[in-house]
Amino acid sequence: MRFLTDRKRAEGLGAAKSGTEHFWNMTVSSVGLLVLVPLFIFTFGPMLGEPHEAVIAYFARPFPAIVAALTLLVGFMHFKNGVQVLIEDYAGGLTRKVLIICMICLSYAAAATGLFAIARIAL
Amino acid sequence: MADVNRGNRPLSPHLQVYRPQLTSITSILTRITGNALIIGALLTVWWFLAAAAGPEYFALVDGIVTSFIGDLVMLGSLWALWYHALGGVRHLIWDTGRGLEIETAEKLGWAVIIGSVLLTVLTVIVI
Repeated sequence: MRFLTDRKRAEGLGAAKSGTEHFWNMTVSSVGLLVLVPLFIFTFGPMLGEPHEAVIAYFARPFPAIVAALTLLVGFMHFKNGVQVLIEDYAGGLTRKVLIICMICLSYAAAATGLFAIARIAL
Repeated sequence: MADVNRGNRPLSPHLQVYRPQLTSITSILTRITGNALIIGALLTVWWFLAAAAGPEYFALVDGIVTSFIGDLVMLGSLWALWYHALGGVRHLIWDTGRGLEIETAEKLGWAVIIGSVLLTVLTVIVI
């Protein structure tokens, strides 16, 4: 006797492959960024054009460093999912897959680079 | 042969079949600002990397980011950031099933446009 329900057997077999994770990820990251982005603008903004020592000293402090790291991390993950929707709307077939993979790689690379740089400044 | 045309199906129609309206323009701008922010975001990452690398390289990159063109890009990114943030708030409101009436949606559209410009000016003054 099989204990799987009909729904469980059908799940993941449709064209969409998965459910509402993408939408939920966008919702969560957008709410997070709503808090992070203003904090980032007013911590990162004044440092643009400042001398090197001042920038290093500023981002060695916990609050600016954590805000910058979180903003870049959550921001690039939000971009990764957002740009996927853009690509899906305007490109199809192999082009779509290649572009989505490229943008995922770019997002992780940029996030990792940003985190590395901030960690190196802060530590 | 269930699907001969796999991978080469027509895309759903978009921009060209609609008359421009405030709601559509503000929606398209949300998409454009969100995706265009990659330029400002990558510049920001480059700036952080330069700061971590050392004073000489930082001076070079900081000089580029705060040059006339760099300032223009960062100012545009600032507006895009505020616009996309407000556009996102509008989506969060819509997601709860509220504000979908045409009149309210258009009011929200104006709020996003005017709000983003005001916040940008305010930010430039503060920073």
